[in-house]
Amino acid sequence: MKYHCPKTFADAAQIAADATGVIRYLAGGTDVLVQMRAGMVTPDDMIDLKHIPGVKEIVQNADGSWTIGVAVAGAELGAHAGFCADYPGIVEGLELVGSTQVQGRATLTGNLCNGSPAADSVPAMIAAGAVAHVVGPNGARDVAVADIPVGPGKTSLTKGELISAFTIPARGAQGGDAYLRFTPRTEMDIAVVGCAVNLTLDGDRVASARVAMGAVAPTVIVMDQAADAIIGTTLDPQALDTMATIVSGAVKPISDKRGTAEFRTDIAGVLAKRAAKIAYDRAKGTK
Amino acid sequence: MSKIHITTKVNGEEVEFLADPRDTLLDCLRDQLELTGTKEGCSTGDCGACSVTVDGTLVCSCLMLGVEAQDKQIETIEGMAEDGELHPLQRKFIEHAALQCGFCTPGILVAAKALLAKNPDPNETEVRYWLAGNLCRCTGYDKIIRAVMDAAAEMRGAA
Amino acid sequence: MAKDTANELRIVGTRPDRPDGLDKVTGRARYGADISAAGLLHGAVVRSPHAHARIVKIDASKALALSGVKAVVTRADFPTGLTGEAWDLQENTMAGERALYDGHAVAAVAATSAQLARDAAKLIEVEYEILPHVTDVDAAMAPDAPIIREGAADHSVPEGLHPNVVRYIEFGHGDLEAGFAQADIVREHQYKTEAAHQGYIEPHACMGQMGADGKGEMWVCTQGHWFIRKMCTQVLGLDASQLRVTPSEIGGGFGGKTTIFMEPLSLALSRKAGGRPVKIVMSRSEVLRATGPTASASMDVKIGMTKDGKITAGSATFRMQGGAFAGAPVDMALYCAFAAYKVPALQHVGYDVLANRPKAAAYRAPGSPMAAFAVESLVDEMCTELGLDPLEVRVKNAAQSHETSSFGPKFGVIGLNETLAATQAHPNLSVPLGPNQGRGIASGFWFNHGGDTSVSMALGEDGTVTVSIGTPDIGGSRASMAMMAAETLQIPYDNVRVNIVETGALGVNEPTHGSRATFATGKATVEAAQSMIVEMCKRAAAKWGIEPEAVEWRDGAAHPAGPNAGEYPPMTIGEIGAAMSNTGGPIAGHHESVPAGVGESFGTHVVDVEVDPETGRTTILRYLVVQDAGRAIHPAYVEGQYQGGAVQGIGWALNEEYVYDDMGRLQNPVFLDYRVPVASDLPMIDTVIVEVPNPGHPYGVRGVGETGIAPPLPAVANAVAAATGVRMRHLPITPSKLLSAIKASKNG
Repeated sequence: MKYHCPKTFADAAQIAADATGVIRYLAGGTDVLVQMRAGMVTPDDMIDLKHIPGVKEIVQNADGSWTIGVAVAGAELGAHAGFCADYPGIVEGLELVGSTQVQGRATLTGNLCNGSPAADSVPAMIAAGAVAHVVGPNGARDVAVADIPVGPGKTSLTKGELISAFTIPARGAQGGDAYLRFTPRTEMDIAVVGCAVNLTLDGDRVASARVAMGAVAPTVIVMDQAADAIIGTTLDPQALDTMATIVSGAVKPISDKRGTAEFRTDIAGVLAKRAAKIAYDRAKGTK
Repeated sequence: MSKIHITTKVNGEEVEFLADPRDTLLDCLRDQLELTGTKEGCSTGDCGACSVTVDGTLVCSCLMLGVEAQDKQIETIEGMAEDGELHPLQRKFIEHAALQCGFCTPGILVAAKALLAKNPDPNETEVRYWLAGNLCRCTGYDKIIRAVMDAAAEMRGAA
Repeated sequence: MAKDTANELRIVGTRPDRPDGLDKVTGRARYGADISAAGLLHGAVVRSPHAHARIVKIDASKALALSGVKAVVTRADFPTGLTGEAWDLQENTMAGERALYDGHAVAAVAATSAQLARDAAKLIEVEYEILPHVTDVDAAMAPDAPIIREGAADHSVPEGLHPNVVRYIEFGHGDLEAGFAQADIVREHQYKTEAAHQGYIEPHACMGQMGADGKGEMWVCTQGHWFIRKMCTQVLGLDASQLRVTPSEIGGGFGGKTTIFMEPLSLALSRKAGGRPVKIVMSRSEVLRATGPTASASMDVKIGMTKDGKITAGSATFRMQGGAFAGAPVDMALYCAFAAYKVPALQHVGYDVLANRPKAAAYRAPGSPMAAFAVESLVDEMCTELGLDPLEVRVKNAAQSHETSSFGPKFGVIGLNETLAATQAHPNLSVPLGPNQGRGIASGFWFNHGGDTSVSMALGEDGTVTVSIGTPDIGGSRASMAMMAAETLQIPYDNVRVNIVETGALGVNEPTHGSRATFATGKATVEAAQSMIVEMCKRAAAKWGIEPEAVEWRDGAAHPAGPNAGEYPPMTIGEIGAAMSNTGGPIAGHHESVPAGVGESFGTHVVDVEVDPETGRTTILRYLVVQDAGRAIHPAYVEGQYQGGAVQGIGWALNEEYVYDDMGRLQNPVFLDYRVPVASDLPMIDTVIVEVPNPGHPYGVRGVGETGIAPPLPAVANAVAAATGVRMRHLPITPSKLLSAIKASKNG
């Protein structure tokens, strides 16, 4: 295995484009090192992105939107008061990935590009409408985070392409988000189901909403109908029940070692209700 | 497979080693630098026995490549006692019988020290969640949590 | 000389720092993988990815062609002709004609680095012919089940059973039919538990070295290095005395490190690599796939009870698989099943069944947790049905000292009554419960064990004492041995050093297992101290010119026994040590025996849980362990055993299980998916140490290590039933299973 430390994204993309064997990018490394030790992957080229300027930065832009570097670890994102105030759901999603120790390394980028439908930080990113800036041998493009995963372990990035940063829209007034997952243990688990809700309010009523569910389909999925069920409501019990019914009816989970399809279907609605309530309270500023 | 020359600081001392690019920081600490106090329990980041700090951040050394250690400041269990004097956490672990087999102990001590640096007055729940990535199979955690809380109190001057 | 009342004890019952504490908090303590040596090679093992397959061909040529690869071994490198348990051990160490489970070793390689050894292992090509497999115990007994090993059954198995049933056991007493006829209600249910792994955090590790002369050395993490010596030499066809085994510090074992797995491979590789030392360290997935978890069980229990809670009769039929070899602890499980009860009529039937899973190893009170789950769940269910207090029912039917046990032999002095009384008196029982919360109670039992024990003790020139023992310190036993030695010699605790010595330095010792170390090694330590006291009194007597019988030992010194003995100033242990070269030479004591007088231990646990009715997740709110220790030498480490056992049981009850896919491959061979409890899953674990001294030990010690894992399985299930009204008879009680049961109960 060759270890590379490019100083620009263009160089990183070039190394990847020129590579003839298996390549892996190294940001936090918390997935790829596990896969290497398990013999699941043996990269020929390892491209460490942490020496590229800006990869560790969390910046609020003039319009209120946020730009997050690709090597920002969970612990760093969680320590950023401004971002935590705007997007607690994204932060809690990333902070659920692994232990305190894993938080010292794990990144939004890695969690997304690992391509797991159960990735904890992805639903909240999608619910927030986050955009990935992609660099490749043929130039740069912006891709909605929702369009990056295309299946378990697979992304829409082409050979040589890599993510250089994320932009998350301005929070605006009266907005809130939340991420909840279900795991058998309190910590150190993969989501059996994950749910993120991002919404804005107009007074007491939900003005806009996005609901994203993890681990219930081959990729994280956005549930517009579920969001529609709460838009215009005060999130009264009936609206929540309607949303839960829609969610449980629309998910297409599999049965595996972490949970049965029936169980995932049942708790998907429960989690959606609970996450929506938290997001609503946050938007109201009542927590 | 060619090795890479790495210069870094471990427990305040400048060290050098040759790393196979596939070697983890844990491999390098244990096999190249003979710092075997840091333990390997799973190599998947699920047990915390290999906990160290890198530039002050708590990490699993099994989830970091040795070649990434260039120009870092690494702290391991071997650096926890200073000039032969045990850290209060180390003393409290012995006093509270917070170890049985002792294999998870170095990782838990390093992790607990990182917690107290960030939060000198954690409550029980905060200690439990911070240490959720440090598996202990012997103790049921009870005495570990008590030892950490007691050490924190002593360090705050509240004991 | 022995002290039998607590108020005369100066050291026993206190909580001094453990002697190995400093090493273990500073990273200095050396565990299995912490060893190195000049010329070291690293071993890696090639393992079967199939649950059951014939090994057609092994081609190691590509691996051997790599520079730095020094040796490859397969079963062809092992002697033939072994039988019985020795053959089982050899077959499990390295597959012969067939791989019998996912993870079964088929070849091993030694190379100059660990990375290279792993690369080389991948290049060893093994051709398999896949055979039908079975992993479930009930399926393995079914008529159409694939035969795992023809002719493996022993003479106990009645005709007509499937060849996978390799041992059969049946015992009981009383008139079963009459007993059930006397009952007001008779209930019968089936219970299942899944295989759980000991989950020690330290993976197996060893370094073996062996030359062409058959003389060898081994460094290994183990609960018992004489077992390692015996088993390795059997498997390799060597003389036991030619292998010297040194135990490392051990990072947990819980029974799982009382046998061999890859240890003989390091010796075989070393011999083939010209005698260079070979280190093998298992990965976590190797530990989970290829070392011994416990058995999985399928159990039928039937109990008759009168309206006022008297148990009139019971029967238990247990089926257990312990992997592809005989040895599931079905016998132990049956002995434990009704041990806490005095029942007029009982019948026990057990089947030990082969399945395509790794060879089960001991796990903390082997068999007892499964048995407790079945029996204590049914007792609880019947108490609920009859509106009876489950603790009262246990008191009413409690086994008694000096009476015949449910499994045959008479009990000695047991503390079950005292344990139940202490439970009834505990404040946790009066904490009010909220909605979706429930309280569960259950008892558990373990026999405890004596076993081959050797201890030696030597006096230093300055009067300090060295104790050499052969039971690895897995949880503070150096401290308890030093305390018992110091108590007996009446010298300060700090004046005793306890060393765990290698196989060449002491007589044979069984491992630290069976809750025996503090009992058996402790008893032998006291005996060795007594023999040293005799010799020290003799030296004083000679100096004073009086009869040795006229000298007594107190306060760490020899004294004239009374006015008739004469007037001499006391001679301290330090003075005796300083003078010993001139008074007859070195002074030492030793003791070798299989200590009799083992004291059984009972415990009762009380757990409060809350169940989320929408997700099925169970949270442990409160937990109490009450157990008889006989006497706690170092109470903090006794509490630690109670707490650790309880939490392992909680894990087994709620989340831990071996999950196999339809190909017979283990689906969860990492700690991410083999879910042992983490710190944030748990509350503090409250403990009460009941002390009903064991008359068979000089300080009253019973073993305490194992009993504590049995009650949590039923206690948690009973609490879940109280919280939800749903009875879970198949562990673990995962959220998925519980939610589905809650839904079914609402719809039904």
